[in-house]
Amino acid sequence: MNCTPLDHLLTWSGRILVALILGFVLLPFVVVLIASFNHSSILTFPPQDWSLRWYAHAFEYDDFADGVKNSLIIAAFGSTLALVAGTGFAYVLNRYEFRGKATLHAVLMSSLVIPNFTIGLGLLILAASVSIPRSMGLLVFLHITIVLPFVVRSVYVSLQNFERQLEAAAESLGAAPRRVLFTITLPLLLPGLAAGWLFAAILSFNEFTASLFLVNQRTQTLPVAMYNYVREYADPTLAAVSVIYVVAVAAMLILAHIFFRLEKVLNVD
Amino acid sequence: MLIDPKLQQPAEAVPGQPPARPAVKIDGVSKSFDGTLALEPTWLKIRKGEFLTLLGPSGCGKTTLLNLVAGFLEPDKGELFIDDALVTQVPVHKREIGIVFQNYALFPHMNVLKNVEYGLRTRGVPAAEARDRAMETLRLVKLDQFADRRPKQLSGGQQQRVALARALVIRPKVLLLDEPFSALDRNLRAAMQIELKEIQHSLGVTTIFVTHDQGEALSMSDRIAVMSKGRVRQIGSPEEIYASPADRFVGTFVGDANLLTGTVTTSESGTLTLDLAGTALTLPQSAAPEAAAGETVELFARPEACQLVAPGTPGAVPATVSFAVYQGAHVELHLACPAAAEGPIMLRVPVANVPKVGAAVAVALPEAPVIFTGEAQ
Repeated sequence: MNCTPLDHLLTWSGRILVALILGFVLLPFVVVLIASFNHSSILTFPPQDWSLRWYAHAFEYDDFADGVKNSLIIAAFGSTLALVAGTGFAYVLNRYEFRGKATLHAVLMSSLVIPNFTIGLGLLILAASVSIPRSMGLLVFLHITIVLPFVVRSVYVSLQNFERQLEAAAESLGAAPRRVLFTITLPLLLPGLAAGWLFAAILSFNEFTASLFLVNQRTQTLPVAMYNYVREYADPTLAAVSVIYVVAVAAMLILAHIFFRLEKVLNVD
Repeated sequence: MLIDPKLQQPAEAVPGQPPARPAVKIDGVSKSFDGTLALEPTWLKIRKGEFLTLLGPSGCGKTTLLNLVAGFLEPDKGELFIDDALVTQVPVHKREIGIVFQNYALFPHMNVLKNVEYGLRTRGVPAAEARDRAMETLRLVKLDQFADRRPKQLSGGQQQRVALARALVIRPKVLLLDEPFSALDRNLRAAMQIELKEIQHSLGVTTIFVTHDQGEALSMSDRIAVMSKGRVRQIGSPEEIYASPADRFVGTFVGDANLLTGTVTTSESGTLTLDLAGTALTLPQSAAPEAAAGETVELFARPEACQLVAPGTPGAVPATVSFAVYQGAHVELHLACPAAAEGPIMLRVPVANVPKVGAAVAVALPEAPVIFTGEAQ
């Protein structure tokens, strides 16, 4: 291949640009990562001494342990229920023609354009006005509202890519509709459903703004616990928690990518 | 030409055999989509063990008719019978039909054996028996050694045979084939046609085959129903369809056709005389009993029924060679002819005997050509 100096210039400037963008995206995390190993109890940068003591502290601090437990419970229930509801909605949107279909679609997607802040505040006012306590159930409900559009979208794309003729083939082979659903449709949609669930779970686990309005001391989620911690203390514990947090979520995503080929499920390849 | 429904029905009795009850009876079935008629009221009877082909261009209603028999569509009017039982309202999964889809529609999450077993498991056949019967059917299509593979790991031809095995293993009352060869390459297609026909014949399964490929239809069918614009134009054996097309559409869609325009000069006392752009042609009146003097008709002749003769031969139509296409075993001659209804006249001559381009020749027409009058044109 003949390369002119201009080609070289473009190739190298392209690589540099990509490196810059990646660096820009990763920079905050790199700072936090370095800060988490700082021995000093004041968040300074760059660190003078190195230590793992803040990691130890992060694991010993009860609010974080409770926060993780609450967040996991909320994410598990919220994303599972959102998956059930979202699959139903996506199925109806994909398979049926009816009046108000566009409206239903818009309503399902609406929480994408409403800030989480507004959703949390709205639900708080609503719950207060009908005297619903700020319980775990209410938080689960909040998280369903927030993650539903992502689940609907993920399942809808899977349904769009689904070969309908496979159902016709099963039917012609004597399978009643319920059998077609359980032996053909659902097994083939499983990767899409799993990816939808996983995304919902991660979003729910990360959610902070709306949850802040609805938690109490007993139900505070990990992000809220972290926020409360940083208001009181300025040591690098939070940096350590952040690193653990990012590593855990990244590991989950990589596993999901290996098992379900996310780019295919999300139709972005 | 609208064929009288009674004429479309096959003879109930084959000479020397007891009258066979039809395996499938399509009784005045019609279907429209959003007000557009996709299938005009159609009557058809398909004998037990018969291989019937629905042949026509895309949009002719053949797939609609297939989907109606399968039960994927419900007819607007008319009734469907399979083995004398009324099935018009019976859902697909209770019709006991086997379908081979155009893209095979094999279940990607199951291996070959599980695909073939599927129809047996839905019928509650015990696992061991289902497995044995599936393996037996896979042996029939020579794929028993691929039982553990996933469909994606097989070639197109192998996938097609899995689809066939899956449809046959349930011993369907009717086998429906929806353009099953269209995704295969040319050589494989010919081999699969022979194999399918052999299997169909040995099992004696009643088969409805949908295709737009006239070659496939001619080589595989017991009878062909030629369809166009939602209507069965003609139904008959491949020989009947090829030699005696009912109208111009059938004649030109199936095989190569030469069409000449002529005017009836006289039609009396057993003789029909035509004027083909100046050439007088005398035919038996039975060629077109209803033609009246002065009427414009079309004369239809297959290329192999036409002969190249010396110019000036009585009864032969004069023509000029416009070009010759070498095709190995023979040469295809295209002739410009004043009497031709559309395009050139085409005929095939031995390689040793090719006239020059521009040469004046004459074409001798068959003694009993098909004449299209009125609507059949």
